[in-house]
Amino acid sequence: MLVIGGGNAALCAAITAAEAGAQALILEGAPKAYRGGNSRHTRNFRCMHSGPLGVLTDAYGEDEYFDDLLNVTKGKTDAALARMVIRQSEECYPWMHDHGVHFQPSLSGTLSLSRTNAFFLGGGKALVNAYYRTAERLGVTVLYDAEVTHIHLDGGRIAHVDARIDGTPQRFAAKAVVAAAGGFEANIEWLTEAWGPAAANFLIRGTPYNRGAVLKDLLDQDIASVGDPTQCHAVAIDGRAPKFDGGIVTRLDCVPFSVVVNRHGERFYDEGEDVWPKRYAIWGRLVAAQPDQVAYAIIDSKSLDLFMPSVFPPVTAETLDELAEKLDLPAQKLVATITAFNAACRPGDFYPTELDGLATSGLSPEKTNWARPIAEPPFYGYALRPGVTFTYLGLKVDDGARVQGPEGPIDNLWAAGEIMAGSILGQGYLAGFGMTIGTVFGRIAGNEAAAHAR
Amino acid sequence: MRAEVNGSRETRAEARRQIEICNACRYCEGYCSVFPALMRERSFSDADIIQFANLCHNCRGCYYACQYTEPHEFALNLPKVLAEARQDSWREYAWPRPLANLFHERGVALALAVVAGIAVIIGLARLLAPTDGEGFYAYLSHGAMVAIFLPAFVLPLVAVAVSLRRYWTSIGGGTVRLSHVIAATRAAATMKDLDGGHGDGCNFEDEDRYSNGRRHAHQAVLYGFLLCFASTSVATLMHYILDMPAPYPIYSLPKLLGLLGGILLCLGTAVLALLKVKADRSLGDVRVWGGEMAFTGLVFLVAASGLLLYAATGTSLVMPLLALHLGAVLAFFLATPFSKMMHGFYRCAALVKEAATSGLRHSITDQGNRI
Repeated sequence: MLVIGGGNAALCAAITAAEAGAQALILEGAPKAYRGGNSRHTRNFRCMHSGPLGVLTDAYGEDEYFDDLLNVTKGKTDAALARMVIRQSEECYPWMHDHGVHFQPSLSGTLSLSRTNAFFLGGGKALVNAYYRTAERLGVTVLYDAEVTHIHLDGGRIAHVDARIDGTPQRFAAKAVVAAAGGFEANIEWLTEAWGPAAANFLIRGTPYNRGAVLKDLLDQDIASVGDPTQCHAVAIDGRAPKFDGGIVTRLDCVPFSVVVNRHGERFYDEGEDVWPKRYAIWGRLVAAQPDQVAYAIIDSKSLDLFMPSVFPPVTAETLDELAEKLDLPAQKLVATITAFNAACRPGDFYPTELDGLATSGLSPEKTNWARPIAEPPFYGYALRPGVTFTYLGLKVDDGARVQGPEGPIDNLWAAGEIMAGSILGQGYLAGFGMTIGTVFGRIAGNEAAAHAR
Repeated sequence: MRAEVNGSRETRAEARRQIEICNACRYCEGYCSVFPALMRERSFSDADIIQFANLCHNCRGCYYACQYTEPHEFALNLPKVLAEARQDSWREYAWPRPLANLFHERGVALALAVVAGIAVIIGLARLLAPTDGEGFYAYLSHGAMVAIFLPAFVLPLVAVAVSLRRYWTSIGGGTVRLSHVIAATRAAATMKDLDGGHGDGCNFEDEDRYSNGRRHAHQAVLYGFLLCFASTSVATLMHYILDMPAPYPIYSLPKLLGLLGGILLCLGTAVLALLKVKADRSLGDVRVWGGEMAFTGLVFLVAASGLLLYAATGTSLVMPLLALHLGAVLAFFLATPFSKMMHGFYRCAALVKEAATSGLRHSITDQGNRI
């Protein structure tokens, strides 16, 4: 049995299959140092539970979980599959623990999630490491630098899989295949098809190895797809982040306390529309629509300590002119924008953690909360760019994780993880749900494929 | 000397760069005391870096869990840079300073110190050959032993005290409260910072596999040392207060404590040395690998020679073994302020400071859970 991919879903499939008696081989496209796909960057798992469970407090029922999901997907979700994932998440928790994952109570400052999300101690890479240990103990073979080039479909079943192992072409004949190779967010050319040349300026927050080669190869052979091919989840991140793999540290939470301008020094959207956890995702798109796909968040000394420290120190200046020069913005225009903004600020009480209604008056666009004059030096500036997190287009699967071909289900092909998550998460993002989909479908795919391979 | 100072400045700058990335990530919060400590700050002074460096037990959990280790361009290796910053801080706080770096980087120097110690013991035994006395005192009188070991014990303690005071002042230690000392003692007694936060231990000898091997071996050494110390203390009390001079029978407190302590020390140091050979050197301060190994060897030698000495009672081997044992003990005592032994003192001070600070300040928090 062959597992294509080396992240959470792939590992759950391989471990489950090995425990069911199958001989599993993992083809991980990345070198060992970068194994684990985007699971490396994750940090928790959203889990249904009827009472206190491990580090999870209280209870989190199926209906509440499902409502939380519908809230972000706006109905773009397969209700039956989604409910199945939610129900099975509860038994995943002890399974994960038994297979080496260490949990911890929610990270400080994320107490609101202590009921819904179980955090991995050390984060997703620690989880991936634990699963590789477990898989190897169970006799699973892992090949790194194993780039799958073609999955040969012949009459409703996979005949063989071609790959380059360390650059050397090799053909694998397997009784059963699990595709768990992630999305295509690191494939800039593919993103360009949907976003145009602007995509060249996007930063990719995760692994550079998610180029969607397996997904594209299967779609080219008329495998059924699901999810909007043009959409990706993008957020506004620190513009100085690396092109790939910047991960969690590149987030910037300063927008609600800022004035955000484009490279012409002009404001373009209400920075205080809602609390940041509800608005950060739209800012990816907003920045993507600006010239050169860049924006600048400007704050003064009053606001520096109101948000999580970012990975890079802000650009700092004693005057707005100096800041404009350092950020390469038109100084006159920036000063004019800030002056107009300051003049439109109204007196009132400022509450950083709730909608305080401290709004500007007479601006276009207005800032509707947390509007305080940018007046007390030093002034700070952060460049913002769109950071792509994941893509929605994926393989359509049934509740047995089986991939669907033009003439019904493929006999020996299953899918798990981001490559099929579009079946359930058609839009938006729900914290920790990607790992839940990967774990549940990884285990299903592993079981089904093992039963088939025997 | 100047180059060294610049070197530690560069090390601290690099540690600061890495810690700022850690503070934006925080995934490792649960592993040890370092992360909650750094999450309370937004910017990091030299004093902060030195405090974190001395809190770090080099468990390596954060390294193997890190998304940003090489080949990632952020190139994080926190266990290594903190080990280097820690070592640099010990060098700067050592007193007298010219001796600061004597044994850390040079295992050979430590071996020579042992040889010198043995020579001193043999020389004095010849020179002051006692005419009477039982047991060991037939070779070296009780008075001579006290004359050698009292200053050899007290003088290094003075040096340790000066160094600790320098450390405490530089990190802005403040008033020490009993509750903080109790919290620090508990952390050290259980070696909490080597349990990985989940109890399965640290990632030392076999990449990302968790193991309590190092934690248990270290506790064997710690408790073995304390038992031997207790043995000597009890014997001293028996000698002076109860007028019961050595030698003591096996079913006596000094012997039982000493035997158990010696065995624990031998086992603990042997396992620690073995684990150190297996561990990846590039996650520690490579400059002091040899010195640390020599120090581990010295503690083993002290314990093993003590046990052998007891086993050899009544044979002709007593004199050479006595010289070996006392020479090793002498070297161990005198080298203490300038050797790996200092880690225990600094670590405890750092734990006291952390206990004091953790109650006062909370971390700047995240606004919710997002990717």
